[in-house]
Amino acid sequence: MSNEILTVTGLRAGYDRIPILFGIDFNVASGEFVGILGHNGMGKSTLLKTLMGHLPATGGKIIFDGDDITSLSPAQRARRGLGYVPQGRQIFPALNALDNLRVGAARLDRASASHAIERVLEELPRLKPILTRAGGVLSGGEQQILALGRCLCSQPRLVLLDEPTEGIQPSIIEEMKEILRALSRSRRMSVLLVEQNLDFISDLADRVLVIQRGLLSEEVDPEVLRRGEVVAGYLPSSDDVIKS
Amino acid sequence: MNRPLMLVQIGLAMAVGLATMVLFPLVAPLYGVINATLYTSMAIFALSLALLWGFAGILCFGQSAFFGLGAYAYAIAAINFGDTTIACAFAILVPVLFAAALGYFLFYGRLSDVYLGVITLTVTLILFKLINSTGGDSWRIGKARIGGFNGIPDTPPLRVPFGGEILSPTQLFVFAIICLVVVYTFCKWLALTRFGRAIAAVRENEVRAELLGYNAKRLKLAIFCISAGLAGLAGLLFANTVFVSPTIFGLSMAAQVLIWVIVGGLGTFVGPVVASIVLQMVAVYFGKLGWIDPNIVLGALLIAFVVFVPSGLLPTATRIAGILKNRAGSRGRAGQALPGEVGERQVS
Repeated sequence: MSNEILTVTGLRAGYDRIPILFGIDFNVASGEFVGILGHNGMGKSTLLKTLMGHLPATGGKIIFDGDDITSLSPAQRARRGLGYVPQGRQIFPALNALDNLRVGAARLDRASASHAIERVLEELPRLKPILTRAGGVLSGGEQQILALGRCLCSQPRLVLLDEPTEGIQPSIIEEMKEILRALSRSRRMSVLLVEQNLDFISDLADRVLVIQRGLLSEEVDPEVLRRGEVVAGYLPSSDDVIKS
Repeated sequence: MNRPLMLVQIGLAMAVGLATMVLFPLVAPLYGVINATLYTSMAIFALSLALLWGFAGILCFGQSAFFGLGAYAYAIAAINFGDTTIACAFAILVPVLFAAALGYFLFYGRLSDVYLGVITLTVTLILFKLINSTGGDSWRIGKARIGGFNGIPDTPPLRVPFGGEILSPTQLFVFAIICLVVVYTFCKWLALTRFGRAIAAVRENEVRAELLGYNAKRLKLAIFCISAGLAGLAGLLFANTVFVSPTIFGLSMAAQVLIWVIVGGLGTFVGPVVASIVLQMVAVYFGKLGWIDPNIVLGALLIAFVVFVPSGLLPTATRIAGILKNRAGSRGRAGQALPGEVGERQVS
């Protein structure tokens, strides 16, 4: 397909000698919102870390916007337009919210960075009153929105979102959903969302891929997920939810 | 930090610097002026580590290596070229180049913080041993004898650029104060630049910074070199105040600067400057008394600060001032406060 922004073929990765991904194949089209659904420990976050270069791929290829980025460093991938909102937000706690956004605009020149930050503040108005506050004192929801804003400041062409609803109160989850829906439409950016929250992923994704034991097992229509016709095993059991 | 606050702080530093360099030589004896120049050079040395450790989060136990290299580079270049202006450039360039070579292996070799500290300490101790073993006529660089443990006592004093007059002790003091204010302003400015924000991001979370597109290794190498250059500048002033000898690479010098930064407060620039001056005065005072080794006093002070004032002088003073201001403010407003107003969260 000519408008694919990301093509992943036979991707393998792991931690030290423990393999986690056993040959992942999928693609994301330009402007497409793809969700990856899976149980805890199935390799969702590992997949995003490998795409971002945080973990080295032990096999396979990652083609981003027509170029093979498999051997590039995380910084090089980020500068090519790959944005990443990690699990747990990981904002810079000692920097204030505005500086967190400024740090996000790493690859832009001064004028473009300033424009990018203004645009993000228009899209995420919740950030405006907290700009001078240190990142570490913000609530979980504010940190999540800040982490998203920081990523958007780099004007990414593909955003990798790792469980943005984790530890966030329900009202903020709804707000995040609206924000992501609006951003996806207005920016026409591609998004790869890894999530366990069934409602969140089914409401946002154009298509949902299911990851099981380090392999993408099948593609599910979000409409089917919305109707609740889910194969047991895609999602964490109630025990897992309690543990997490 | 915001830009207006930074401008106020820089303005204040300039005013204090100006007042010091005009008034101090008028009231102090010559010995006091020379001592003050030494303290100022050490304050710049402390600032160099405050930038590297306090701001960039890179703990370097061997900052004295760059300080010593700056002093030796100045002395050797001044003897060889006869002109101290070129020697000043050498005093900064040699430590920067040495830091670039050393830092390349440290940062691109992905050494953890502990190993980085140990290796930098080892490097300064190796330099101490190396320079100590350069006694005799055969150890020369051009016309300059390195002099082993005797050092280089005939270091040419600093002159007005390009062959001018030798600076008097008062002029040297004024030059040192100007250097201190410029270095302080530079550090404050650097913290607010894009580069400074990137360094802060790397300090906070290196992996995250890399995932945002920053080359953390390159950034750390850059700040390492900048800090070495500042230490070299301090070494240049030291070489003009006290004579150059291998003791500047020694363990005592390496430890002193760490103590100044810890006591002054990590993450601040004014704190280490104040601490370096005050602690040197304390050391001189106890040295004069003679009944106790000043190093024991400094060691005791370090332990006391680590245990009781872990954040250092300046952050603690700022916090106390903030608490007092809040208390005074809430007392003043208590009579007219609206429900819910008192106790609102203060966020800086």
